[in-house]
Amino acid sequence: MDYTLLFAQVLNGLQLGLLLFLVASGLTLVFGILDFVNLAHGSIYMVGAFICASLTLLVGNFLLAVLIALPLTGLVGYAVERVVARKLYDKDHLDHVLGTFGLVLVLDTLAQIIWGPAGITVPLPAWLNGQVELFDGALIPSFRLLIIGTGLVVAGGLFWLVNYTRLGMLIRAGASNRTMVSALGIDIQFLFALVFALGAVLAGLAGMLISPITGTSIGMGGQIIITAFVVIIIGGVGSMKGAFIAALLIGLIDTLGRSFLDTLFALVMSENAAETAAPAIAAMMIYILMAIVLVVKPQGLFPPKVR
Amino acid sequence: MRKMTKAGWATMIGMIALAILPPYFLLTGQAFYVDLATRLVILGIAAVSLNLILGYGGMVSFGHAAFIGLGAYAVGITSYHATWGGFDLIASYNGLLQLILALSISAIYALVTGAISLRTKGVYFLMITMAFGQMAFFLFQSLDVYNGDDGLTIDVRSELPFINLDSPMQLYILSYVSLAVAMLLVKTIVNSRFGMVLQGAKDNNERMVTLGYNTYFYRLAAYVISGVMCGYAGFLLGNFTTFISPDMMHWTRSGELMFMVILGGTSTALGPTLGSSIFILLEEILSSITLYWHLPFGVILIVVVMFVRGGLMGLFKGKGE
Repeated sequence: MDYTLLFAQVLNGLQLGLLLFLVASGLTLVFGILDFVNLAHGSIYMVGAFICASLTLLVGNFLLAVLIALPLTGLVGYAVERVVARKLYDKDHLDHVLGTFGLVLVLDTLAQIIWGPAGITVPLPAWLNGQVELFDGALIPSFRLLIIGTGLVVAGGLFWLVNYTRLGMLIRAGASNRTMVSALGIDIQFLFALVFALGAVLAGLAGMLISPITGTSIGMGGQIIITAFVVIIIGGVGSMKGAFIAALLIGLIDTLGRSFLDTLFALVMSENAAETAAPAIAAMMIYILMAIVLVVKPQGLFPPKVR
Repeated sequence: MRKMTKAGWATMIGMIALAILPPYFLLTGQAFYVDLATRLVILGIAAVSLNLILGYGGMVSFGHAAFIGLGAYAVGITSYHATWGGFDLIASYNGLLQLILALSISAIYALVTGAISLRTKGVYFLMITMAFGQMAFFLFQSLDVYNGDDGLTIDVRSELPFINLDSPMQLYILSYVSLAVAMLLVKTIVNSRFGMVLQGAKDNNERMVTLGYNTYFYRLAAYVISGVMCGYAGFLLGNFTTFISPDMMHWTRSGELMFMVILGGTSTALGPTLGSSIFILLEEILSSITLYWHLPFGVILIVVVMFVRGGLMGLFKGKGE
């Protein structure tokens, strides 16, 4: 087996997993605290990517564009919370899903009107566009390393925020008993909006980081949101730790499955059959994993203790 | 005879309109409207099937479009092999054979995914059915044999005894009768002892379990029945469009099916049909006005969710009903 290829694919899987974590963490945060199912989370991921792409073309610097685009995406999230999501909190999950599905249609079409149907290719500065030799013969694109580094830093920051700060304490308190928190004089509405905007910033960041690799496209939100849902189901809905572990698990399994399953299958069946079966099984693998986890633990790997 | 309720009258009038209007359009040479009516009625069957579990059973399935796709691909794949050779076991234009295949595949898929999904409830169930729907979508997308993402054209429609599906009017009549049967079937199921247990489990599962009912199996049975009905709708849809692609199973399609049921009104006989009618007409009208018709469509969806309680059928409800 080619170990450099394996190493490269493991890094790719790690990268996908960390991006998934950025999207899923916002989803699980909003669900854990607000009990709100947000299908439009994927659209915010897309909006973030598009804002950043336009800004990159405008100011000519990708990193600067990301720094400006992050608060803007947060504002979009805040607006979505104020205009639509807030009015849906009291309704049941079915209404959340349908309402935010309507929101997906609105945001996707707006993006199409503003940025056109074609999508944008995002250029990288030269120093990010090269490759780094990690050890003998293993060349890694430096931008991928940046994604992995950013993902790990943000994940760490998020754990610190939720577990060791006053805001995080309020967030956790709001998750277990929102009436009590509001009775203690905390503006719970504002807290909710803040959490929603934070989730939007995280999803937007994921969109911004992936866009130099894949470009931006109108359908990008709909693709990632389902995988993000699979992540939070496997991890246990509302659990940050679960989302992190499940995201890495899914990133690795999906990436490695797509690159090595045909080689693996060819050991036990004919080359032809392996070439037909491998892509089909690889595409289904994360769902099969989800099914297996649910058979063993219907609440996911790390169900939150409260609620 | 039992006195008809307002909702009962509305149901009767709606079904009569669907019986009379399309033949009228055909006779006056407006074949386009027959096509529209056929699509509306077939999606109506799918919405009726979803209503059985969503409305009466309280199981919010967000992956129902997968069944439409399975039913349609049962026609497409058998027909493809009958035309181009290979896979002799299922290669056939025989409609009855295709129908049996469509229904049994839907049943097996429903049994397997239902058995796993129903271990969970509420929002977990919703997300899991959605994920399974996407699994079916990606499976067919990765099958290069059947053109993957680009889809399959069905060259020869299902050959059924007595009915010629190449005739738009005969296809419409078959679809219409199927819809009527589906509505009757759901009504019968709902009013049976089985249906009572199902609704009881929706309202208070613990009480039904305490009363000695294994609600899991009741729910699973309802899920399978609903899936098979929806697979049948897929069989019709494949024959109607003669083009099938994984897109039929995409999660947004499942969302649209849910919207139809909610728009018309859950747990009502006519609601899903009314919802699918309004949905298709709205889609048709808006898309003829603007390229960006999804925008007003999405706004309408949000407004309906926020302000219309009980769907459009809620408007027909009298006091105390």
